[in-house]
Parts: sequence; C-alpha cells; structure tokens
Amino acid sequence: MKALLIRDLRLAMRAGGGFGLGLAFFLIVTVLVPFSVGPDSALLSTIAAGILWLGALLACLLSLDRILALDWEDGTLDLLACAPLPMEGTVSIKALAHWLTTGLPLILAAPLFALLLSLPSAGYIPLILSLLLGTPALSVIGTFGAALTVGIKRGGLLLSLLVLPLYVPTLIFGSEVARRGADGLSYSTPLIMLAGITLGTIALLPFASAAVLRVNIR
Amino acid sequence: MHLNVQDLSVARGGIAVLEGLSFTVNPGQALILRGPNGIGKTTLLRSLAGLQPALNGEINAPNESIAYAAHSDGIKHVLTVRENLEFWADVFGTNDIAPALNAFELEPLANRPAGALSAGQKRRLGLARLLVTARPIWILDEPTVSLDIHAVEMFANAIRAHLVGGGIALIATHIDLGLEADILDITSFKAKPVAMKDDAMEGFL
Repeated sequence: MKALLIRDLRLAMRAGGGFGLGLAFFLIVTVLVPFSVGPDSALLSTIAAGILWLGALLACLLSLDRILALDWEDGTLDLLACAPLPMEGTVSIKALAHWLTTGLPLILAAPLFALLLSLPSAGYIPLILSLLLGTPALSVIGTFGAALTVGIKRGGLLLSLLVLPLYVPTLIFGSEVARRGADGLSYSTPLIMLAGITLGTIALLPFASAAVLRVNIR
Repeated sequence: MHLNVQDLSVARGGIAVLEGLSFTVNPGQALILRGPNGIGKTTLLRSLAGLQPALNGEINAPNESIAYAAHSDGIKHVLTVRENLEFWADVFGTNDIAPALNAFELEPLANRPAGALSAGQKRRLGLARLLVTARPIWILDEPTVSLDIHAVEMFANAIRAHLVGGGIALIATHIDLGLEADILDITSFKAKPVAMKDDAMEGFL
C-alpha cells in the first residue's frame, strides 16, 4: 500500500502529473474575483470565505478524472485487481494521494489567497480548520465518482455531474464554518457537522468505490 | 498446487462465449490456448484471473497464486524501467528485481523512462513484471505481441525456468514458442447461441 502511495505521489510530481493544476485553478479564481465584483474591500471580505471554499471545491473537481482513468487506460487497474491488495485499500490510497497532491496544497495556499480577498483576520483559523476537515471528504467522494465513471471515454462531464450534488453538504458546512469565523461568531456546530461528514465518507465510501470498481473492470 | 477448471462457462457482455470447459494443469506444466479471434480466449483468461465472475462451473486454484499479464502492460511512462519494476515488486512483497531485469535483458534500459522504450521493449518490461510477482501460476494473454525472435526466445526461456521451478503457465498465443506444452484448442467449446425469448424485455423490466 505504501508502494502505491509513493508511486502515485511520484507520478503526480513528474511532468504531466497534474500536480499544479488544482492550485493554478484556485489561484485564477481568487485573483479574478476582485476584478469581476469590483475592488470594494468591504464586499470582498463578506464573500471571501464563500469564494475560497467554492474555489477549493472546483479545483478539487478539476483533477478527479485523473484519479483512476490513467491507471485504467494503461491496464494498471486490472493488474492491481490481481495484486495482494484489497480493492478497498487501493481506492483509499488513491483518495489519500489525491488529497495530498490537491487538497493539501490548496490548504497551504489558502491563507495567501485569503489575503487577496481581504478576509477578516478572525477568519483565517476557521478557514484553515474547515478546509483541513472538509477537503478529505472531497477527495474520498471524488474517488467514488471516478470509480463509477472509470472506463467511460471522456467521462469527465458525467463525473462532475455525479459528484457535484454529493459535494453540496461539505460545501455548505465548510463555508459556514469559514463565514461564521470571519464574522466572529461561534462556529463549533458546523465544524462538528463537517467533521461528521468527512469521517462518515472516509469510513463508508471506500467500500462503495471498491464495489463499483470491481463491476467496472469486468 | 494445481490449476483445475470444471465445466466452466464464461460470458462477455452478458452473452456466453465458452461453455463446458474442463482442464487441469499440474505443476511444471504449461497449457497453450489456441482459437480464432473472438472465440473468448481473453474472456477465459480474465475469468481465471478473477477479474470477472464465471457464468457457471468451478475454478480451483490456491488463493493469490495467479499473476496475470494482459494486452496492456500497466507501465507508467514517466517512471523509469527500474521504478516500474520496483513498484510491482513492492506491491507483491518481493524486493529483488535483478533477476527480472536480467531475464529480459533490461539492465541497459533500467534508468530510462518507460515512455522512451519501443513497443517490444515495453512488452519485455511487462513480462519482467511476472518474475517480480513471485506467483506460481502465470496467465498470459498473447505475450509475444511485438516481440522480435530473440525476445521470444528470452520469453520462452523465462517460461521454461518458471516451469522447472514448479510453476504453471497458461498462455494464449498464435505462434509456436518451442515449449513442450499441451495445446488446447477452445474452438469446440464455443457456446451455442441462445435464441432470444420474446419476454426478454419483460424480464429486464
């Protein structure tokens, strides 16, 4: 399992691995928002938390079809299915690798981008906290979507449509944490809900992903 | 340890392609599958490898004993030959890739990105993967595609060494590998076409 994780990270870092894709998209969104809504910093600081969460979510969505599609195309997925790894473990590792290469860089970059959107200073810690708790759910749900659509040529659109509704609860509670934090309100309730969603998806979805993947490689 | 198949039927896309297939392969033996295109060789091999369920019948092989090599080799183009092999060695819990590199004369290429290899060299890398799995039963689907005469000889030697070590090989191929192996022509096991029933749609709904 460790070998698979190391290989996935290595593939992401090498040329064409798409490591910077999500990060670049996140940067583009946050840089362009002040241009499109105007340089009114009061308005920007009101919407900053929501924009940052939306940007992170869409950046995540962008790289989902890479999770399994490449391994499907070159036959690696068939060979992994014969390997002494449980399919549940394989999809969990895939989700973890996706989070490490997409979610984690977004979290690390978020404070910098928050500055561009003049997020109130009280909002930084809740923003980081909510992204830290919320983005793993995005990767795990995304891996489930990728497993559902693997083998479909140009399945990216279908994948986005399938995954988007599943992302909504994470987005609602995640941005609620960040927004309440920025307004100086208590944010423990949505934070607990967010943690619940993430832990629930991590516990349950790998089994669903493995099951649909087994059906799809037939 | 045997590979034993009893009255096996396999299907592709929900339609039976082969039925009533029975054979046994003992340790140290190879079985070569023959048959025209589309007869169901790949479907049979994928069923044996556990990638798809059989319609009927039994496949008896020890757990986690099968290494499968398909048409596509599962090679990552941005990793080097060595990194590709080391990955599979790690996955299968072995750690010595030198014999595999040696058997397919891959040492001079070990530090090249796999994307820079020719089709035949990629195939050699794909076959070298079998050696690092350390699994006793090899299931090979047209392993000699794009190999030159010398590489086919290398492959045949690897198979011989595997059989001498008590391994089993099941090979679907159209060419003569020069192995002393039983040949099974699966054409006669072709499934009879099932007449579509009128209530098929009703059953579906």
